Amino acid sequence: MEIKRQMMREIGIKSIDELYADIPEKYRLKKPLNLPEALPEFQVKKHVEDLLSKNETCNYVPTFLGAGCWPHYVPAVVKEIVQRSEFLTAYTPYQPEISQGMLQALFEYQSMICELTGMDVANSSMYDWASALGEVARMAARVTGRKEILIPKIIHPERAKTLQVYAEPAGITVQQIARDAESGLISLDDLESKISEKTAAVYIENPSYLGFIETQAEEIGKRAHAHNALFIVGVDPTSLGILKPPGDYNADIVIGEAQPLGNSMSFGGPLLGIFTCRDDMSLIRQMPGRIIGLTTTLDGVSQGYCMALQTREQHIRREKATSNICSNEALCAVASAVYMALLGPQGFRELGETIIGKANYAMHLLSTIDGIRTPIFKSAHFKEFTVNFDKTKLSVKEIHKKLLKRKIHGGKDISKEYPELGNTSLYCVTEIHSTEEINYLAETLREILAGR
Amino acid sequence: MFRQSKWHEQAIFNLGRSGRRGHLLPKIEEGVKNAVGDLNNIIPETMQRKSGLGLPELSEVEVMRHFLRLSEMNYGVDSGFYPLGSCTMKYNPKINEQLAALPTISMLHPYQDETTVQGILEILYRLERWLAELTGTYEVCLHPAAGAHGEFLGTLLMRAYHKLNGEDEKRSEIIIPDSAHGTNPASAAMSGFNVVVAPSDDDGCVSLGALKAAVSEKTAGLMLTNPNTLGIFEKNIDEIARIIHEAGGLLYYDGANLNPLLCKARPGDMGFDIVHINIHKTFSTPHGGGGPGAGPVGVCEELAKFLPVPRIAFDGKRYHLDYDKPHSIGKIRGFYGNVAVLLRAYAYILSLGREGLEEVAEVSVLNANYLMKKLKDIKGLTLPYDSEKPVKHECVFSAKPLKNETGVSALNIAKRLLDYGLHAPTTYFPLIVEEALMIEPTETFEKEELDRFIEAMRKISEEAYANPEIVVKAPCNTAVSRLDEVKASHPRTMALSWRMYQKKSKQNL
Repeated sequence: MEIKRQMMREIGIKSIDELYADIPEKYRLKKPLNLPEALPEFQVKKHVEDLLSKNETCNYVPTFLGAGCWPHYVPAVVKEIVQRSEFLTAYTPYQPEISQGMLQALFEYQSMICELTGMDVANSSMYDWASALGEVARMAARVTGRKEILIPKIIHPERAKTLQVYAEPAGITVQQIARDAESGLISLDDLESKISEKTAAVYIENPSYLGFIETQAEEIGKRAHAHNALFIVGVDPTSLGILKPPGDYNADIVIGEAQPLGNSMSFGGPLLGIFTCRDDMSLIRQMPGRIIGLTTTLDGVSQGYCMALQTREQHIRREKATSNICSNEALCAVASAVYMALLGPQGFRELGETIIGKANYAMHLLSTIDGIRTPIFKSAHFKEFTVNFDKTKLSVKEIHKKLLKRKIHGGKDISKEYPELGNTSLYCVTEIHSTEEINYLAETLREILAGR
Repeated sequence: MFRQSKWHEQAIFNLGRSGRRGHLLPKIEEGVKNAVGDLNNIIPETMQRKSGLGLPELSEVEVMRHFLRLSEMNYGVDSGFYPLGSCTMKYNPKINEQLAALPTISMLHPYQDETTVQGILEILYRLERWLAELTGTYEVCLHPAAGAHGEFLGTLLMRAYHKLNGEDEKRSEIIIPDSAHGTNPASAAMSGFNVVVAPSDDDGCVSLGALKAAVSEKTAGLMLTNPNTLGIFEKNIDEIARIIHEAGGLLYYDGANLNPLLCKARPGDMGFDIVHINIHKTFSTPHGGGGPGAGPVGVCEELAKFLPVPRIAFDGKRYHLDYDKPHSIGKIRGFYGNVAVLLRAYAYILSLGREGLEEVAEVSVLNANYLMKKLKDIKGLTLPYDSEKPVKHECVFSAKPLKNETGVSALNIAKRLLDYGLHAPTTYFPLIVEEALMIEPTETFEKEELDRFIEAMRKISEEAYANPEIVVKAPCNTAVSRLDEVKASHPRTMALSWRMYQKKSKQNL
């Protein structure tokens, strides 16, 4: 209090109210707001812990959910690094000389994402995959001067919705390409009928929202390029130790979701949007988001890092900026950098093999159960797959209720998203699902469907 | 004198050794292998990865050491004074980190059955109510991942509102003061609006005359930061709101500077229809070197129906996610927001309570005015606009006289401050102040730390007049000396990834 008074004396005021005198009287709050009373740290902890303990987590209930946010193990080193105060409590590295650590870590994130995707340039993060898709559509329109985007029929509905919201104000129209009935893959005939000189970009996802691998990727890219449209690919990076990287099939831009690389699910956020492109100035100049570059000190003596190409950004270009994004998901990107460094090439290969092995094992096991058809599509699947219950008398909802009663959380009910696929659920299996849990899921489903 | 750690830490690609591993993954059991067969047969040959994966190969301890050393070459709020204007760099309570790391939140999947996530839904629901109460808005949406994301949502809401009124074609302009953050015009443009700039008056506030001239039937709305980026409260807010509303526009509040108003005054009461809140500023969640943050948006009753889905609803017994909102603009991201960040804000509000939040506002303003008063005496600095009036949370000085007299610019001052172990203020912003130094001390820092900053500024001014070389060549105590930012952006030398750097190195040899 004494210090406060001393400071007030220095300023020449008698009460703090004088500092608020310029706010019109009628707007100054007279009555206390309806907010809680302060609690000491211990009680805050207890209160929040008690509330959170009402949640049931996949630690205790085997959970087979994915669809854009996936359960993966986060190594201890990752958690340790992102809790370092110097990273955690820093702002955006506006002063590079005192922020080399963050800048180098982000540069390494960008570089490792490039290695995984086979691309040359990555930005230091987008909010998530969905908003990255929105931004990439706008970027494609700027680069090509065209206003149409082609996307697959099979795409996460939240991603499609987000794309629509980002695209519409820019006058961009989005069209969906039909799928092949049997394989789920993009219908090349339908692509051919929709692609034209107006097409800014063709966007595909690999693996797709429903888990299968788009094997015609190279051909789709060729057709996009034949019309001078950009070829954009969305990825789940956990697949890229074993799946061909989009750079190898000539993608111009790669986006995706890097949450699985060292970031927990946290009820769906924060996530980590991937955004990369080829080494082509016409693309790089139109990229949204912060990009870290390697440079030297002015005296040329040592290497260092700083933000590059800031003239694309809102604080300089204002309404002409490539995007309004500034705060992003930097610390999540550092987590992913640590994760990628821990795994290395061999780790990513094994991660991919373990996931595809376990997921295909689960698919195989479930397919032996009467009444279940899985997967719906005759295609190779990575970590997610459709499970159809049309031949049972129960709806997905009813089955999931029964599973939950027996302490299993089933996949995502997609029967409303894709009515044409019937009574269907999307299941996800990763490296954290043990064989016992998968077996237990199969046994329980068998029991439930047998009416036991 | 301050000395930052300096490790000659190579790029991670130069570390480690072939075959080394930092983390082992669960292996596939034999039973699984037998059932599935050769894994190489699952993915068609043409889609298998054939090119090598150029990631580094390190042991766990090498990874830990590398990133620990990098962290030591970084500076956060926990390291010291961080007066970055409009960024509200306050202390981030550690208990909030512990809470956000609990498996009962970190291991929650967003599509879990509603019965299994009642705890987190209750927290988010209550947080929405508290933020609505603090801002004087009717409903709050927690989805935006950052302030700019909130602005994007806010301007989309304007669009949706005018569209429902059949005026979306006509209402094509958003008015933005010349002192505004760059995100405002960028967000307005993203939502398809043209930007009309409203100049500031000599007192640093929006010019009413200019505003009246700018409004028309094309006006969709006005985006205003209040207190503005000069730290000055827009005293004519009443009149501004009247002008905009009478013209049929909506009033948008940029919440970057909400801190000094907590429990003192509310944007909603002043006529703002849309308000975004920077959770990572006002509500103390750590900024993580650039994110993740969160940028919730509060709206008046009339606009609530346009908010993104799902909305969190409570029927008196259970919380649930409501997707049935026919007027909703849709989605601006996946799922429901940066939940782990929002949880920290919930704990922060609970720790401080109503009275604590009011004290936050008061001390942040006291600190800013104390700094302003003391810095006014320093040679070479001036306080443009109304220098006699109190500011709110921040003040903006101009180093123009210093630059004219000594050649030492605002940039040089910023760099020299680093040598004193202090973070620099925001520089060259707002654009309406030449050689701007935008200083926001927040409530976090005690008088002694403020005095250290004032003393450092005084010394730098003395250095500038006596021996400007020291300042112009600063910093010398940081991990690296001044960087060549032009080189980083030049197409010939630009290296935005390790592979690009290697390619360029070969070309330039």
